Amino acid sequence: MAEVILNGVSKAFGQTQALKNVSMTIPDGAFVVLLGPTGAGKTTTLRQIAGLDHPDQGDIRIGGESVLAMTPAQRAIAMVFQQYSLYPHLTVRDNLAFPLRSPVLNRPAAEIAKRVAEVAEVLRISHKLDNKATQLSGGEMQRVSIGRALIRSPRIYLMDEPLSSLDAKLRADLRIELKRIHADLGATFLYVTHDQIEAMTMATHVGVLDRGALVQFGTPREIYENPVSTYVASRLGQPRINLLPADAFGPAPAGAAQIGLRPEHIHIGEGQEATIRRVEHLGDQTRLHLHLGPHEIITLADTETRLAPGDTIAIRPQSALWFDASGNRI
Amino acid sequence: MAEIVIRNLRKEFGAFTAVKESSFTIGDGEFFMLLGPSGCGKTTTLRMIAGLELPTSGEVLIDGEDVSQLPASKRDIAMVFQMFALYPHLNVRKNIAYPLVSQGMPKAQIVAKIAEVAKILGIESILDKPVGGLSGGDRQRVALGRAIVRSPKAFMMDEPLGALDAEFREHMAEELRALHDRMHATTVYVTHDQLEAMQMGDKIVVMNHGVVEQFGTPREIYDHPAMLFVADFIGSPSMNFLRFEGGFRPGDEAVTLSGVQIAIPQVQEDAAGRALVLGVRPEHVTLNDAAQYRGKIETTEYLGTTQIVTIATANGTIKARIPSGQHVGPGEMVGLTFTTSRLSLFDAGSGRAFRTAANAGVHHG
Repeated sequence: MAEVILNGVSKAFGQTQALKNVSMTIPDGAFVVLLGPTGAGKTTTLRQIAGLDHPDQGDIRIGGESVLAMTPAQRAIAMVFQQYSLYPHLTVRDNLAFPLRSPVLNRPAAEIAKRVAEVAEVLRISHKLDNKATQLSGGEMQRVSIGRALIRSPRIYLMDEPLSSLDAKLRADLRIELKRIHADLGATFLYVTHDQIEAMTMATHVGVLDRGALVQFGTPREIYENPVSTYVASRLGQPRINLLPADAFGPAPAGAAQIGLRPEHIHIGEGQEATIRRVEHLGDQTRLHLHLGPHEIITLADTETRLAPGDTIAIRPQSALWFDASGNRI
Repeated sequence: MAEIVIRNLRKEFGAFTAVKESSFTIGDGEFFMLLGPSGCGKTTTLRMIAGLELPTSGEVLIDGEDVSQLPASKRDIAMVFQMFALYPHLNVRKNIAYPLVSQGMPKAQIVAKIAEVAKILGIESILDKPVGGLSGGDRQRVALGRAIVRSPKAFMMDEPLGALDAEFREHMAEELRALHDRMHATTVYVTHDQLEAMQMGDKIVVMNHGVVEQFGTPREIYDHPAMLFVADFIGSPSMNFLRFEGGFRPGDEAVTLSGVQIAIPQVQEDAAGRALVLGVRPEHVTLNDAAQYRGKIETTEYLGTTQIVTIATANGTIKARIPSGQHVGPGEMVGLTFTTSRLSLFDAGSGRAFRTAANAGVHHG
């Protein structure tokens, strides 16, 4: 396992600057999640580290040495993609063993058998080893494709939205499984997603990308509680943070242009009058869509609430995040 | 706008039955969700309402008129698909105008209609742009505009947000629902995403293997699932199932799991000894050291204000949603209590929920 360092990495595709001077240290044994909407540069970052693309500028170091001159195979990384491309004519066992039998690695048969058994155990697919890949469910196929990455004991695992094509339940199961694998192996993971729940629950560190630039790097809790900008603040939290003109609730600190209120920052019961536009009973939470004068606010109510559209309630901020005119935190 | 009644609707494709005798009513002006996993028959049901498939048997009534054998063009329904198919050589205005032009509507009327629709959707500024350069959201709005402009009796939407990324999907879901709140058009919406259904729907039909499993408001379906399938499909994480052997009589107010008595809503049915399931939502599990029922913490997942804790018990693994400030670590033994009024009791064999003081009056499929 190894520490990975990106130093001033930039990459352009024609006129599009996909990565802008990205510097980041992925500590040995960390689980780093890159978060951002489509086009933020998440996958491009992975591809530079994997060696599938070459940066225009900057350096990438794995375990202390620059890997820019190395081929993907020499870098000893493993990559898992969203689309699990298994060999359909092979059994699960042969799919797992495939990387070890490749000319580059070419391990002895006894060692391969041992590794396959170990990995199958970790992923709980031992009972399916003799099935054809096509006889598996979606979740099992994705586990096999993760298994194919695990089998090589690489220096870092790169994962590009590995769970996004699975249904909600399987995603939840595999989330826990990946976390367990990470804890058991002590391996270094770099994981791309735009699912904020995956980022919150699995990451030791989150890197937030905005149009090719790394805008914040920290623990999920830091990113959630202490965002540097409205952009970062909007990445985590369901419902999203409410962003209103700074004076919506009265005097604001000097230089503040916007007030950011997460649902837990809004106190219900006193303050300014707001009208309920819509009540959403989502089961584990109940969302209130409010009109506060010309502004729309979403907050949470007790799940047993009897509040209905048209009712008015009083609200006030009990703590807030302040942002300046360009969206930076004050 | 219209009320749509589905009566004993059935569809067979050769030997395969896609939809089995479904019945439900879509109220005038409702935002109505058809929810279920892939292959459950929800899209086939929608296509039968729209007239894109003819039912093998049963009826579709729109405002009291049986339309089940009428072609789609005679039903006055607008469809919105996942892949918003726009005419690439026409600009936004002409794309929206197309259905009206083909109906032969007078030009002045078309201009007025487009202005109205563009205002509703907030796309006045892009009316003269080619559709080629539009963002995903604007393309979706134009596709909606083309559906709205005809003022049809009802809208049919087949996973219209399915191809969008998570963040944008949530935004469009809010926008669609706000649009509905302004227009109050009867809308039938197909999705496999339970959160989308809970968030947007006035009513939900949950389907599985061609059968309507439950029909009700999001709250009824979440709080009082009629079947194990529904309990498992709705909610994230879904309802916990504590499996045990036992029986009960009408009036009983507790069941015994691994030697511990657990209070439940008063039962109104009889069941001799059999395999049972006690259903409890993650947010109705409380960690309480004094409680007799015990479990061992396996993992915790931080979610901002709350955390999800996975706990091994003698009756299976369960998840609890608790405040993130509460400190618990893997390996700890904890006591568990459950919110009595919100518990469900199922027959493990048939999957049916037993009638109790809590769920009396909730509809089955």
